[in-house]
Amino acid sequence: MTVESTAGTATAAVPELVQLLTPEGERVEHPRFSLETTPEELRSIYRDLVLVRRFDGEATALQRQGELGLWASLLGQEAAQVGSGRAQRPGDWAFPTYREHGVAWCKGVDPLNLLGMFRGVNHGGWDPYEKNFQLYTIVIGSQTLHATGYAMGITKDGTDDAVVAYFGDGASSQGDVNEAFTFASVYNAPVVFFCQNNQWAISEPTERQTRVPLYQRAAGFGFPGVRVDGNDVLACLAVTRWALERARNGEGPTLIEAFTYRMGAHTTSDDPTRYRIADELEEWKLKDPIERVKAYLVHEEWADQEFFDAVDAESEQLARRVREGVRNMPDPDPTSIFENVYAEGHALVDEERAEYVAYAASFDGSEEVGEGR
Amino acid sequence: MSTATAPAAASGATTTLTMAQALNTALRDAMREDPTVLVMGEDVGTLGGVFRITDGLAAEFGADRCLDTPLAEAGILGSAVGMAMYGLRPVVELQFDAFAYPAFEQLLSHVAKMRNRTAGRLPLPITIRIPYGGGIGGVEHHSDSSEAYYAHTPGLHVLTPATVADGYGMLRAAIASDDPVVFLEPKRLYWSKDEIAPGPVEPIGRAVVRRQGTSATLLTYGPSLPVCLEAAEAAKAEGWDLAVVDLRSLTPFDDETVTAAVRATGRAVVVHEATGFGGPGAEIAARVTERCFHHLAAPVLRVTGFDIPYPPPMLERHHLPGVDRILDAVARLQWEQ
Repeated sequence: MTVESTAGTATAAVPELVQLLTPEGERVEHPRFSLETTPEELRSIYRDLVLVRRFDGEATALQRQGELGLWASLLGQEAAQVGSGRAQRPGDWAFPTYREHGVAWCKGVDPLNLLGMFRGVNHGGWDPYEKNFQLYTIVIGSQTLHATGYAMGITKDGTDDAVVAYFGDGASSQGDVNEAFTFASVYNAPVVFFCQNNQWAISEPTERQTRVPLYQRAAGFGFPGVRVDGNDVLACLAVTRWALERARNGEGPTLIEAFTYRMGAHTTSDDPTRYRIADELEEWKLKDPIERVKAYLVHEEWADQEFFDAVDAESEQLARRVREGVRNMPDPDPTSIFENVYAEGHALVDEERAEYVAYAASFDGSEEVGEGR
Repeated sequence: MSTATAPAAASGATTTLTMAQALNTALRDAMREDPTVLVMGEDVGTLGGVFRITDGLAAEFGADRCLDTPLAEAGILGSAVGMAMYGLRPVVELQFDAFAYPAFEQLLSHVAKMRNRTAGRLPLPITIRIPYGGGIGGVEHHSDSSEAYYAHTPGLHVLTPATVADGYGMLRAAIASDDPVVFLEPKRLYWSKDEIAPGPVEPIGRAVVRRQGTSATLLTYGPSLPVCLEAAEAAKAEGWDLAVVDLRSLTPFDDETVTAAVRATGRAVVVHEATGFGGPGAEIAARVTERCFHHLAAPVLRVTGFDIPYPPPMLERHHLPGVDRILDAVARLQWEQ
């Protein structure tokens, strides 16, 4: 067994994180995970982080204004998502949870497309095959098996594409996730299990899911597990790239535990003040994923105020576009609910559609057709 | 839809097979014709499946097209979802009816809904084969009739063959379907023998009148078809000429054939092994009543498994619909009016 752990034992008080950029913005080296970055790449990373946070914040605001029914904010997890997202090649697939807005951004999915399901007009408005980004999966952990099966398909053709399966600390308790670990291991599937341990599964702390650091779970399944500073975009990028390389080279799955923090509520329906203390939040604010990149850029003199102002301006522009786009989203056609239930016609569904259309049309105009009464 | 033909078509002659052999032949032919078809499940490889339905497939097509999987049903179906996304056409075997339940979440929340939630962009052409039903003296959890759970789920087709020919033809059609199909195999009919005549494979979703009759119509499917045919023979002694309809597909449901067959006699009994409350018979009786009310001389009756957990093997004959219980129901169809 060659399980690569970055920490000692389960009882280690503070397991060592892979870190390449400290919270203070100091670039540090790691003996196993190196990363070459150009100033241009770093500026681009910074831009991704800021834009993702901005449209995420706008979505939260839109929910508060009644434009969205729900929003699951990624606040605090930008580095884990942008780092792992940027590590992927276009041919790689990502299987997200419902919070992977930053990964979607890196894959090239328009943020506006993410908002349709939260506004309630569809179940996910993008074509998974267009950017190799599956629709959001809300059932906890199920998508890790889909990711594994897709990776098993890749194995059949022998291409060097790979898959990243996203999930969280809560999902680590799910049978599906553990079955995905088993399948990926025994079939040596090219899949990277990217766990964002944001410390909270709605109200339950990670201690309710596990007594060992999550990355150590990999050992029992026979593949490497690595814990990475999930608020360090460079470390997330380096470790995910490394894991994807392993997958491409036929070395099988890897578990990455990105140690991060959910700065906001689970969703806009949640009230985290009922279960966690403000001190914790303050502590994690000091580890902000964006501030450290900015400090590094400033220190190295790779970006000036003009650059930061331009990124801010672009983020405001993006927020405006998202706001207007959401407000202008057309209401879906009522009869569309009968579509795509089956490939071809289906007598039952077709009959119900015809009946409902006739029923809706029977109103004399004093009520809107398709009002649903 | 499939353009496949029955296995004997090439030679133009009929072949005598068991249903197990017909299913095996269907899998083999589908795999030969389409390299994206693969079979996966517990013990399907070297062993050829606990019922030998996948016998010889691993030898012919290799372990990467006939996968022995870990013992994890959600894992099997969940990874089949990913394979289908990749462009493959998985045929999943879930070893026994009640062993399929760990895969329920994947089936209901993902397999059944994927086409709809992706606006048609991500179809899942997965066939899920499940040996089901009782009558083989199986220990606990080996005799469930779970079709109502699946038929209740939009997005799935639910098929069950009752004849050897349908074992071949319907499985080919299921594999060729671009929708997920739950393919329920009546395990006590695995060893039934019959001739398969050459001919094109029919599309799914049509019921068949297996026996014409004038007195009353028995509506049934899967393992209960032979029982109903036997009951129809026995009914002759009572002076009843019973029609028997083999539904073959619970969804899509062939209202047209069923409605015509019930209107022709004015009396109907639904027969299935599954428990009665909320079972397929309830839906069928409702549909028949909605469509045939003025043609009916009596309420639609049901002969089903009792609303109890499946009994131990020594007692299962009391639970399963038999000839006498069917004839008793026919006798209650208000003949004296």
